[in-house]
Amino acid sequence: MTNDAFISIRNVNKYFGSFQAIDDVSMDIGQGEFFSLLGASGCGKTTLLRMLAGFESTSDGEILIDGQPSADVPPHHRPVNMVFQSYAIFPHLNVADNIAYGLRKQKLSKAKKQEMVDEMLELIKLPGYGQRKANELSGGQRQRIALARALILRPKVLLLDEPLGALDKQLREQMQLELRALQRQVGITFVFVTHDQEEALTLSDRIAVMSGGKVLQVDTPEGLYEAPKTREVASFIGNMNFFQGTVRRNGAKKAAIETQGLGSIPIDLEKVTKPDGAPVQVALRPEKFELLEEKPKSGTFVTAKMDKTAYMGDRSHYYVTLDGKPEPVAVSSTNSFVARDDDRWAKGDDVWLRWAPDAVVVLDAD
Amino acid sequence: MSLRDTGTYIKRPNRPLQIYAVIFLIVLYVPVLFIPLFSFNDSIYVRFPLQGFTFQWYIELWSRDSVWAALWNSVKVGAVVAVISTILGVVAARAITRYRLPGKSALVTFIMMPLVIPGIIFGVALLVLLSRMGVPLSLYTVTLGHLIVCLPFAVATLLPRFEGFDPSMEEASADLGENGWWTFWRVTFPMVFPGVVASLLLTFTISFDEFIMAFFLTGTDPTLPMYIWGQLRFPQEFPSVLALSSLILFISFLLVFIAQRVGRMGLED
Repeated sequence: MTNDAFISIRNVNKYFGSFQAIDDVSMDIGQGEFFSLLGASGCGKTTLLRMLAGFESTSDGEILIDGQPSADVPPHHRPVNMVFQSYAIFPHLNVADNIAYGLRKQKLSKAKKQEMVDEMLELIKLPGYGQRKANELSGGQRQRIALARALILRPKVLLLDEPLGALDKQLREQMQLELRALQRQVGITFVFVTHDQEEALTLSDRIAVMSGGKVLQVDTPEGLYEAPKTREVASFIGNMNFFQGTVRRNGAKKAAIETQGLGSIPIDLEKVTKPDGAPVQVALRPEKFELLEEKPKSGTFVTAKMDKTAYMGDRSHYYVTLDGKPEPVAVSSTNSFVARDDDRWAKGDDVWLRWAPDAVVVLDAD
Repeated sequence: MSLRDTGTYIKRPNRPLQIYAVIFLIVLYVPVLFIPLFSFNDSIYVRFPLQGFTFQWYIELWSRDSVWAALWNSVKVGAVVAVISTILGVVAARAITRYRLPGKSALVTFIMMPLVIPGIIFGVALLVLLSRMGVPLSLYTVTLGHLIVCLPFAVATLLPRFEGFDPSMEEASADLGENGWWTFWRVTFPMVFPGVVASLLLTFTISFDEFIMAFFLTGTDPTLPMYIWGQLRFPQEFPSVLALSSLILFISFLLVFIAQRVGRMGLED
């Protein structure tokens, strides 16, 4: 990841009639970065992508691509190329002609064109597919050809609109790895739109989480997962348990948060910006808890009662109830090194929850 | 068929419906089939029993210059009408499917209206208008009338092609560096091409066979249906008219059949 902004989005707004699709979005995307726009459908991520491609205008604000203002540049003059959600493979052309579609203006010799197409087919691991017709291709193959068709033009930015959404799970996971490898290989900036948080976490250097036309947080996958800045982001990425709490500053060196359910949690002073007595929320992911049958000898822990269990194969999900907290707490633990034991826990069993105070995320109260 | 196919009434063959379909087709086409039948009959009277087989009427037709002149008139009008109405149809279908037009459905209804307005009303209206404007009746006025008749067919043939067309295809072309003109020729036109061919064939056939508009708007040069109408006054010409009608019937059927096949090309998969 580099720090110089390659794409600069500055205070961009977009209205469709009276509906505001993009609400004052500003962010920078670096050269060679794999950048994802993540959000539920209707959050504005595709609109933002289409603005980068030039298919939508900005109502307000500015987008710079490679330092150039892009407002008056039509799509066919932009140094960006797009992989469409439907792939938009031209059905009347064969694979080679699809890939070479954008080369017309470069006035290359036939042999040179052929060489470039073959190179691309090699890159997307479909050598020898040049003469295939578009309707003889599977979803995964179409997706690769859409990629090749865009990459052959050596764009400065490649825009991808949920390119893996139409593929089945196994193929999607395979394509994720290939896409990431490809991006490293060609070194082009990728802007990737997805609603699939796992996909975004797997692929991206950085992710912008969007909701209601706003950008909630831009961060690395680790940053988003481990240190979400708002409750909305925290609950959108993965699962999260929330506890109401109150700041207790105990002098200059130590602080704690008095919580409903988890008792008093010691906390690093730099994590606490609120004054003494301020209401906050504490967030802890289900897998940050350790579920124990006996009272642990050390660490931070509370006692709980088992409510529900769900077996998921490689891991199990549990819901436990804590004194002082009305909603159950989700706990996830892997089944590694655990022999099959169908009724290890039953409803009503007394269990112990242990966690590392470092894993606690402190958020503003609602 | 395996036993399982009989399990649900949805998939079970429906005998009464099949019989109905056969009767329907017989009632529809048997009267028409008398025309080719009698065109080979060795008698100037259209009545049973048939007298004998002959090509005489077809040969007579061949040597008649006025038939050729009328045929040529109809081909000229048909070709011009087919090209113009298809071009207008492409433009209309593209506009209807691509842009957010206010009152879109009303627009489509108005375009399709000539299908249900009786030809005689349109014919009279055009005749009155043209004579008021002092335009002499000619093949041009027939062409104008036929355009009105054919445009809805062109739009109806082309609309599904444009509707079944992913708009991101054109965006992809723009994204890959082509401007509007090149996008039309490299993507839009090839993709709707079967529809264009179908529309050309269909509108040509309709213009070629059209009578009512031609009846009101023809000047001194008759189209083929007008020629046939004129010949009906002479009983001795009637078998030749049957021969001519049979040929028109056959060619029209062929063109429409091809148009249907071409028009659906690539839409099924």
